[in-house]
Amino acid sequence: MLIPQRLQQRSQLLQAVRLFFHSRAYLEVDTPVRLPLLLPEAHIRPLRADGGFLQTSPELCMKRLLARGCSRLFQVCHCFRKDECGRLHQEEFTMLEWYRAGWSYTQLMAECEDLVRFLAAWLPELAGVIGTDALAREGKTVSLASPWERLTVDEAFRSFGDISAREALEQNMFDEVLVTRVEPRLGWERPVFLYDYPVELGSLARSRADNDTVAERFELYIAGIELANGFSELTDPEEQRRRFVLEIEKAREYGNSDGQMPEKFLADLVRLGETAGIALGLDRLFMLLMGCDTVSEAMTMSPEDL
Amino acid sequence: MYSASDLRKGLKIQVDGEPYIVTEFEFSKPGKGQALYRTKMRNMITGTQFTNTYRSNDKFEKPDLEERTMQFLYSQDDEYHFMDTSSYEQIFLTREQLGDNLNFLIDNMEVNVLFFGDKPIDVSLPTFVNLVVTKADPWVKGDTSGTDTKPVTVETGHVLQVPPFIEEGEKIQIDTRTGEYMTRVKD
Repeated sequence: MLIPQRLQQRSQLLQAVRLFFHSRAYLEVDTPVRLPLLLPEAHIRPLRADGGFLQTSPELCMKRLLARGCSRLFQVCHCFRKDECGRLHQEEFTMLEWYRAGWSYTQLMAECEDLVRFLAAWLPELAGVIGTDALAREGKTVSLASPWERLTVDEAFRSFGDISAREALEQNMFDEVLVTRVEPRLGWERPVFLYDYPVELGSLARSRADNDTVAERFELYIAGIELANGFSELTDPEEQRRRFVLEIEKAREYGNSDGQMPEKFLADLVRLGETAGIALGLDRLFMLLMGCDTVSEAMTMSPEDL
Repeated sequence: MYSASDLRKGLKIQVDGEPYIVTEFEFSKPGKGQALYRTKMRNMITGTQFTNTYRSNDKFEKPDLEERTMQFLYSQDDEYHFMDTSSYEQIFLTREQLGDNLNFLIDNMEVNVLFFGDKPIDVSLPTFVNLVVTKADPWVKGDTSGTDTKPVTVETGHVLQVPPFIEEGEKIQIDTRTGEYMTRVKD
């Protein structure tokens, strides 16, 4: 449970996040947390809630709002993912998610960079911040100065994992190579955006126009820690339906889906223009800024407190 | 059955028919990727360390472990015989299985024996045991050598450091977890 001083820091950070988005003309929304069905996800286990599910992300609802003509939306909300518990995981956590119409993933990477730099400069007194433009982590200094590094997934796998991303995926080794060999090397000098994931790993992301084997998806890493996942949204309902069929199949294999197709979502997708969206684990970012060791140290209360 | 999400430090699981205790554990999961359970464990029979990465679909048998209170009877060659005080059943453990426990084991001592199925695999001694000092140099009053401990031998043959005033024939209390002297015991 946070002591009053830490609670105040968290409150100031939340306020700064809102300030950042309001100053850029984003609309804050608060969509339902309990939903009758979720978007299919192979490796995310939902918590059941009296006939429905607790959201694992606000993506479904926010994209439906975007399809109705909203152009800049952000949300700070609690999400729930069953059986995720560790140094960097809690079943209930705070997500920051935002969407911008007319943008692609490269522009969103730049905005994500702006947000983190803004927070560090706004609250330089936080224990994890050095000066106004660097972070301290495990005795090392991570410079936040622009531009941040951008590395394709395949480049990262080849340099740190001695295997191509495609081969790793085909050998069902992708996550293991990522977690054990690639992630620990990322973002120690400055933050890094890993981008262009194998298309099979971006069920909601648009594939690249010049290479349909990769999806326009990216992840932000700072000091070896995954912070955010974004993409150029897939807006073709037929392609999205095909991807969902594959994702539901995978999710069933892992016992994470009851196999429902989100029809209302697909119906709305017809009206969604080019959009980019990103989900950022806010507790993890606060953990880095506040200089905490574990994600639960940056949360208002953790399950152990209850 | 345990599933991978039950894994945590201290959990006892069965792998390839043998009991293991988890000594280190880390949960990793890329946001959109598979959960990986990086697990370091110790074989409870051989003591061998073993590291493996499990995934959410992996399942483990619960090892059939049971702890029983038994009394140490006698040793013969490398076999140490114990008796269940309620059923009078007798079993033995080897010198190798007992390891450092032998430093503190005396006749009639009550200990907890851990069984895997019907096979005894480990012993845990009481935290504190009282042992008789069988060999000690006499305390020279006014000793100015500056040392504040001296080595003594106890009835099991174990040698440890104690304060200089401890004399031969006295009983001392020892912490079996650290092997350190705690206090002098007056009968």
